[in-house]
Amino acid sequence: MTNDPLTLYGETFNSRFLLGTALYNSPQLMRDAITASGTDMVTLGLRRQNPEDKNGDAIWQYIKDSNTHLLPNTAGCKSVKEAVNTAEMSRELFETDWIKLEVIGDEYNLQPDPFKTLEAAAELIKRGFKVLPYCTDDLILCQRLLDAGCQVLMPWGAPIGTGQGLLNRYALKTLRERLPNTPLIVDAGIGAPSQACEAMEMGFDAVLLNTAVARAQEPALMAGAFASAIDAGRKAYLSGLMLKRQTAAPSTPTIGQPFWHQS
Amino acid sequence: MPNSNTIEVSHNGETEHLAAHTFLASAISRWGYGDKKVAAAINGDFVPRNRYLDTALNDGDMIDIVRPVGGG
Repeated sequence: MTNDPLTLYGETFNSRFLLGTALYNSPQLMRDAITASGTDMVTLGLRRQNPEDKNGDAIWQYIKDSNTHLLPNTAGCKSVKEAVNTAEMSRELFETDWIKLEVIGDEYNLQPDPFKTLEAAAELIKRGFKVLPYCTDDLILCQRLLDAGCQVLMPWGAPIGTGQGLLNRYALKTLRERLPNTPLIVDAGIGAPSQACEAMEMGFDAVLLNTAVARAQEPALMAGAFASAIDAGRKAYLSGLMLKRQTAAPSTPTIGQPFWHQS
Repeated sequence: MPNSNTIEVSHNGETEHLAAHTFLASAISRWGYGDKKVAAAINGDFVPRNRYLDTALNDGDMIDIVRPVGGG
């Protein structure tokens, strides 16, 4: 939908599908999934790595060749210091001041630590980063992140890698209603295209996911399925969904129906 | 074992012995990164690339050298 671009930090994107680049069985599968997704922005990370590791070189080369915007992450960080220094290394490595801020607070469900995320976001914004925080769906946290200078928020749908979809629709709907002018990206927990479609129908601006595509038996095919679902959900949101009602109402006119009251 | 002429540092979690007064740029080269795209931190603090040549390593330093990987 090139006439309906996504705008984040003043930059426009032609796709509302942000795709992760981890967990693919091969760099080639990742490359094909990126292509099939039509994404305009991919997430990536940095890690200690043996200099001889050729797999890492191939992944990086394919990501560069995709000509998509890069959104490095601070995945795995548990402290503000780790997150800030990881972001600084990412800025130099990837030559971008965009950062997906992740500060994990719990090992079991990889839930972001709201307090440290907020503190790290404020510090990174002070240092000139464009921060896209991975956060819970708590309204007050989201308001504080906006107060700190974040212009985009990425509330979770469900814990990372679970594929559970939108676990707290009430909280997500509340975020959408209370923050109508903030770009909101549902990040994490999306397992099926129908779940991504639902997020878009609710008015979320984009979806970020990784595992559901990377772990599909056919990642490129699944990437295309998600792209279609996200596009469908967006169009549905823009069109205005009908309200649900309890009683049935015929769609075909009853007036003029043959045999009316004859039996 | 380290002596007055050598220092013991950690490179991505592995113990390494280097000559005393080794600079970060030399260590990165020695460890085989060549001209690969890397970023560095010492003891958890980011070190910008333009400081590699004048950043001397000290005994006990923990050095992280990172490279791009896929991420979610």
